Amino acid sequence: MTSDHEAGLGDHGADLGEHAADIDRHVRVYIIVFVALMALTLVTVAVSYLDLPPKMAIAVALFVATIKGSLVACYFMHLISEKRLIYAVLVVTLVKFVALLALPALTHGSGYWIHE
Amino acid sequence: MDIPYTVEVRRDTGLTNGKIGIWLFLASEVMLFGALFASYILIRTGAPSWPRGDSILNVPLATFNTIVLISSSITMVMAWASLMRRRLGTFRLYMGATILLGFVFLVVKYFEYSHKFHDGLFPSTNNFLALYFTLTGLHMLHVAGGMAVNAYLLGPGSKLWKTNPVWFTNRVENSGLFWHFVDLVWIFLFPILYLL
Repeated sequence: MTSDHEAGLGDHGADLGEHAADIDRHVRVYIIVFVALMALTLVTVAVSYLDLPPKMAIAVALFVATIKGSLVACYFMHLISEKRLIYAVLVVTLVKFVALLALPALTHGSGYWIHE
Repeated sequence: MDIPYTVEVRRDTGLTNGKIGIWLFLASEVMLFGALFASYILIRTGAPSWPRGDSILNVPLATFNTIVLISSSITMVMAWASLMRRRLGTFRLYMGATILLGFVFLVVKYFEYSHKFHDGLFPSTNNFLALYFTLTGLHMLHVAGGMAVNAYLLGPGSKLWKTNPVWFTNRVENSGLFWHFVDLVWIFLFPILYLL
């Protein structure tokens, strides 16, 4: 079953027979993404020195982190051209992840929250 | 009997089993870290006051570590691309660099931790430090785990290249998916713990 070395890898139609030019194109994208990630890291640190009001600072930091995370997921993890089943898994995960992060807000609204 | 669908794609999923397996595992990892992020939100929003990370932690060191981890992500993906170009020698260089960068990350973290302990700052000191040590500690375990798998693929695991190069390339890709996830978690941990 695994003896067929020429079978596809199953991700973005790649196998070891993929044309060298395609891989070169991938590699160029990886390098652009890498430079963008470095630049955004510096942006994150620079913004933290601006002493923005806390809410603003949190919003900007999470916004930049989300862009960086998306770049890693889309290009290094190949999510930009992945199979539907993996998107389905990740949509379910994302919904549950957001629900998990929203739970503290629910406790806030329940009156259980301890105020000064 | 051979393990099924390591090389050929399953018709119903459109994927190799390894690929869907690693993504399901990463989904569970998202929830694991998600639980800790939710704890962070709960504890922080409930606290009467909260220290800014940079008043306790070393931002330049963490910035350096962020650069190290992002660099290790590109060497990881280049290791995979080298196999796609059928260059085992180049793969070895990039994979070795990936492991080395992971090691640098852990060494820097070791110095950060020991500095904190030296100053009498422990997980039990306050909620901020409890969250800091739990989140970064769990993340460090992931870095170490990823390094172990990558070291296997660089060492004894690379024998598979001779007998089944596509399967080996798939393994490297899946290990890379885990490694990039570890990088992704750090991309969020860095601003949340150090800068806000």
